[in-house]
Amino acid sequence: MPIDILMPALSPTMEEGTLSKWLKKEGDKVASGDVLAEIETDKATMEVEAIDEGVLGKIVVPAGTENVKVNAVIAVILEEGESASDIGSSKPAAEAAQKPEAEAPKEKKSDAAAPVPAAPKAPVANEAASDPSIPEGTEMVPTTVREALRDAMAEEMRADDKVFVMGEEVAEYQGAYKITQGLLAEFGARRVVDTPITEHGFAGLGVGAAMAGLRPIVEFMTFNFAMQAIDQIINSAAKTLYMSGGQMGAPIVFRGPNGAAARVGAQHSQCYASWYSAIPGLKVVMPYSAADAKGLLKAAIRDPNPVIFLENEILYGQTFDVPKMDDFVLPIGKARIHKTGKDATIVSFGIGMTYAIKAIEELSKMGIDVELIDLRTIRPMDLPTVIESVKKTGRLVTVEEGYPQNSVGTEIATRVMQQAFDYLDAPIITIAGKDVPMPYAANLEKLALPNVGEVIDAVKAVTYTA
Amino acid sequence: MAPRKSSGAAARKPAAAKKSGLAGGITDFDKADEIKAYGEMLMIRRFEEKAGQLYGMGFIGGFCHLYIGQEAVVVGMQMALKDGDQVITGYRDHGHMLACGMEARGVMAELTGRRSGYSHGKGGSMHMFSKEKNFYGGHGIVGGQVSLGTGLAFANKYRGNDNVSLAYFGDGAANQGQVYESFNMAALWKLPVVYIIENNRYAMGTSTARSSAQSNFSLRGNSFGIPGHQVDGMDVRAVHAAAVEAVAHCRSGKGPIILEMLTYRYRGHSMSDPAKYRSKDEVQKMRSEHDPIEQVKARILELKHASEDDLKAIDKKVRDVVADAADFAQADKEPDASELYTDILL
Repeated sequence: MPIDILMPALSPTMEEGTLSKWLKKEGDKVASGDVLAEIETDKATMEVEAIDEGVLGKIVVPAGTENVKVNAVIAVILEEGESASDIGSSKPAAEAAQKPEAEAPKEKKSDAAAPVPAAPKAPVANEAASDPSIPEGTEMVPTTVREALRDAMAEEMRADDKVFVMGEEVAEYQGAYKITQGLLAEFGARRVVDTPITEHGFAGLGVGAAMAGLRPIVEFMTFNFAMQAIDQIINSAAKTLYMSGGQMGAPIVFRGPNGAAARVGAQHSQCYASWYSAIPGLKVVMPYSAADAKGLLKAAIRDPNPVIFLENEILYGQTFDVPKMDDFVLPIGKARIHKTGKDATIVSFGIGMTYAIKAIEELSKMGIDVELIDLRTIRPMDLPTVIESVKKTGRLVTVEEGYPQNSVGTEIATRVMQQAFDYLDAPIITIAGKDVPMPYAANLEKLALPNVGEVIDAVKAVTYTA
Repeated sequence: MAPRKSSGAAARKPAAAKKSGLAGGITDFDKADEIKAYGEMLMIRRFEEKAGQLYGMGFIGGFCHLYIGQEAVVVGMQMALKDGDQVITGYRDHGHMLACGMEARGVMAELTGRRSGYSHGKGGSMHMFSKEKNFYGGHGIVGGQVSLGTGLAFANKYRGNDNVSLAYFGDGAANQGQVYESFNMAALWKLPVVYIIENNRYAMGTSTARSSAQSNFSLRGNSFGIPGHQVDGMDVRAVHAAAVEAVAHCRSGKGPIILEMLTYRYRGHSMSDPAKYRSKDEVQKMRSEHDPIEQVKARILELKHASEDDLKAIDKKVRDVVADAADFAQADKEPDASELYTDILL
């Protein structure tokens, strides 16, 4: 039976890639392990190997094709005695076999994240345009969050020699998630520093360099690994300014992917927004869009305080409009009203926004007009913007992926209750991840994360809509 | 040169010292050096004695770790530094601050938690800093300052200056994981940092013999290719000789170096420690046979650098400075309540 060669996933979050090159042609004999083709994503280039021996019967996806979905059939291998005419009979079987595996991430994305667009879509463009910090008529450039982060670092490194980036695989490998791509070539090994895999040590080293007046950007491959470094982040970076009576602080940015990616299990799927937001002496930023990622990272690098900059692997590849400005810097500590509305307020941030955006689209079809606030900064928190909105709508739902106890949402709920109790027309609902370590199984992971349905139900509940 | 003759559980055999390459060198101090070392060590001694008294009287709260017995280490090291070199240490830090040239009044007022303290009363015994004197604290988490001090050295190298950072830590901190993470990076990147392990034999109440598989701490950099020397930390001239060599090593771009200072604290780990884990004899023996200040004093008198009366005059001057600092620190006001919310963010 002909064997389908499928587009492989190169990482837990990859959804599509480019088939850059075929190394075998139709009719070639192939053995198991032979390299058939090269595929490329924005993160890496990888080889596709034959999984069985036979003859390359048909190339389904020609070289140079972009946006090839993971699990799409890219070629067919024929076993001995088969001919091209046999191709086709195998397809249904292959699809059926692949389905259970493919389903989970796909379904999760379909309501968890806006689909990765080949070109930016209209609703996305509206987000940045509504930002008052961008002058009317500014040209918008479709940019991935990944590129936006890199551009922010590069611009700040060009402007200030004291800024440097250090972390695991940031230099020669071009970044484990390709955020630092190209920086080594431009700035050299003095300013783009590959570290050993020793988070505690290099976080402390970075803080020491900051205390001496440099402006380090410390990349954690993921914030899950930063738990090894949390003592230096909290005890040294956050507290030194206070303990020294204002004499010296630590102008440093700790950044990297935070929260769940896709099926990477309990130890690699944790959101630290509420953890770090508990600490006086830290600023905590968690952008959703590429424009915010760029403008806020530039602000974080310039900030004289330690800033925790929480990114998200699933958002890295997503494209948003970023204003083309010489120096686009956003204020830390200011929320952004993603959409105005009058019936209820949703407050979210980071990847939580993807659930909220989907939900308000559905809710608007039901005639419920939601105001959606993207918090952007968790600490200091722009509570006035939230309170103003609640005064208008009287109803509040918060959405985040982190654990439910002592979440950012419960903090918002407490403070809104204290400061705007008389304006509330319904109990606040806080939507968060479930109170469990992240499971691996696709279906369980989906259950552990928030979903659009929960957000819709919550808004219906606070607006007393059946 | 056996560093000491004590026969306690943690006593080192001279052979072990030889094996590690005990630096052995002694700087031939001239009269001015001897007098300077004497005065500075005495200042630390008297300051700490006063701090102990004020603690007993309730003027100093919380944790207070006295440096008495170890004075030769910071004084000898500091005499080898130049402008711009940085110092960072753990929580037994009063001696380091005074050696760096920080004012006794400001340090004592911090101990009493008053507004004129170096951190305006917000740091306390374990957390004082002086940007002006290049003193970077004052850190309360065992071993934390080792990574930070490595970062200070990183900044020197990044800027291309020839300054050196001194990262002090104890025999207890020497077993912390991040110390070795820092060693690795410092050796890898040839960072100009002198790691000074003040081996006073007890990590709180646990002797090095009971806590450390390799209690010759000068060897701890071996697997990173970091050279190390054991130094008689009770002899300020030996400390100085090792310091000169170590600092020159760093300044010339050869990377980090380790100095294990064989020293001893006379007091308990902190004020609440009755030090039951060692014998009174052991302490007495160190005091009577190896006291760093008495050693200098004896030489000064023997070589007639100064008379008994001259030394008494120095002692009087030191006592006056300390008494003034103590008076100041008791009379100074507590920080204004508004200080609670300052210096959290810039």
